[in-house]
Amino acid sequence: MSLDVNGITVRLGGQNVLTEVALSVPDGAMVGLLGPNGSGKSTLLRALWHALAPERGAVLVDGADVAALPTREVARRIGVLTQDDGTDARYTVRQVVETGRLPHRRLLGADDTPGDPVGEALRRAGAVEFADRRIDTLSGGQRQRVLAARTLAQATPVVLLDEPTNHLDLAAQHDLLALFRRLRVTVVAALHDLNLAATYCDELHLLDAGRLVASGTPDDVLTPERIGAVFGVAAAITTNPLTGTRAVHLGPRHETGSTS
Amino acid sequence: MTLVAARSRQAPGSLSRARHRAGRWIAAGVMLVLVALAGVLIGQVFVDPGTVARIVASRLLGVSSVANDVQERIVWDVRVPRVLAGVIVGAALAIAGVVIQAVVRNPLGDPYVIGVTPGASLGAVTAIVLGTGIGSLGVAGAAFAGALLAFVGIVALARRGQGWAPGRVILSGVAIGYLLSAATYFLQIRATPAQLQRALFWTLGSIAGVGWMALPLLTAVVALGSGWLLLRAPWLDALAAGPELARSQGVPVGRFQAELMVIAALVTASVVAVAGGIGFVGLVVPHVARLVVGPAHRRLLLASLLLGATFLPAADILARTLLAPVELPIGIVTAAVGAPMFIAQLARDDRGAPA
Repeated sequence: MSLDVNGITVRLGGQNVLTEVALSVPDGAMVGLLGPNGSGKSTLLRALWHALAPERGAVLVDGADVAALPTREVARRIGVLTQDDGTDARYTVRQVVETGRLPHRRLLGADDTPGDPVGEALRRAGAVEFADRRIDTLSGGQRQRVLAARTLAQATPVVLLDEPTNHLDLAAQHDLLALFRRLRVTVVAALHDLNLAATYCDELHLLDAGRLVASGTPDDVLTPERIGAVFGVAAAITTNPLTGTRAVHLGPRHETGSTS
Repeated sequence: MTLVAARSRQAPGSLSRARHRAGRWIAAGVMLVLVALAGVLIGQVFVDPGTVARIVASRLLGVSSVANDVQERIVWDVRVPRVLAGVIVGAALAIAGVVIQAVVRNPLGDPYVIGVTPGASLGAVTAIVLGTGIGSLGVAGAAFAGALLAFVGIVALARRGQGWAPGRVILSGVAIGYLLSAATYFLQIRATPAQLQRALFWTLGSIAGVGWMALPLLTAVVALGSGWLLLRAPWLDALAAGPELARSQGVPVGRFQAELMVIAALVTASVVAVAGGIGFVGLVVPHVARLVVGPAHRRLLLASLLLGATFLPAADILARTLLAPVELPIGIVTAAVGAPMFIAQLARDDRGAPA
């Protein structure tokens, strides 16, 4: 399912948080949103599933304006994995993952999908062995797997990830992105780690102060000049010998200057 | 995120745990029946159990009764409706507490916070003090109107733009609650001693006067409200993780919260209009239920319903026997029993506030 953002402007508290952002995400692509804190990554993600209404412009999911879709229909198309949420600590893992099935349930509780989508999601996210424990007994990494399992249970053709790798150790960061990559759904992920972005994403969009400053393949977007201008650090680019993708090396700007 | 091979883990104790769980539901049901039976048997006038059984059987099954008229009236016209009223009112206050706590996302949510209790008190006391000679039907009507007016006021204050601000519900609820209480106290100061006695009894609550007349309507309102809430329980679970998360799972949050508040207000306003401002049931019962069955709302609503339906008739038995022949307002009993239970739970809950 493709996503099209037609020049949206989002205003919050009288200020433009996003200005004229236009991009499209092809069906099945994994796309990264990059940019420093406050550049508008999370705001853009929230606009994508219409948690925020843009002042101008529109977001189209498979050609349909999200603003015109009922909340439930949006939830059947777009799943959201945020950094953390206010889930009541006394729910069990399985109960939390079950809420992911809500958009697929009728009023009397019957699920429209045969089989065991909750068990399947728990298994894929590696959360089976603590499925019956309470949320407040889990580590940060386990908790993030539970939230990933809930997003998997929602079984949407589009998944939005808002800095999903926070709280995760190195292996878990790769596992999470590889997991969503393998799903072959359309993914838009706000990421801080440029190397993770270069490794897993087909396309990157670089945001700075609410404006899109670069879009393209990781090779196009990740240049020392752009990284220096947007993030305020010196950068050097090499090729990652393990993956063949771009590897970004960073340092303080005043010491190394910008090299290529 | 290591993908662990599917070890579909059937916890070794899960069967016995399920049996244990079923046992607790059965125990709760048995308790409810026992309390109801005790409520019909216990009273200032002794009526032996056999006679009570025959009276109830004669009314329900058409078996001819040998009891005399007085016994018949005591059992069928006073005790039975009173017990039924306790069951309905207790269940209603408890589920309303669950809903309000879910909407305001605060453990202090109860019918007081959404203005229903103080609004109803002001309405009832106004009718008692200013409308001299007004019947109990008039008092109930005034209480119902007062409850809904106060609720509308709080909603108007708490609504912000197109969304709800749960924190503001509590703040405006407390502010409007104090304002209405001030007006209620002012009226009571101007009241005659007889009016004051009636007003005091009303504000502390009593199920003595509910009677057969009010029961069908009350039961219908509470049954409809509970049924709807049980159907919507999964949405309540989504809401427990926060409005934004609920929305991402397809819950139309604004409309749903409004729906919940209106149901909670209508159910409690109906109950409070006939039974007065019975405190603490809506606050404490959901917390106790949560301790027993956990936070998931379908079970939580059912457990609160059962506990509330048991707790209030039990409190009513105490209210009419502790100082017999003087009858205590039931609100004194519910607070005297409920507050220590609440405090005990706070002491037990070392994880912080019972959110």
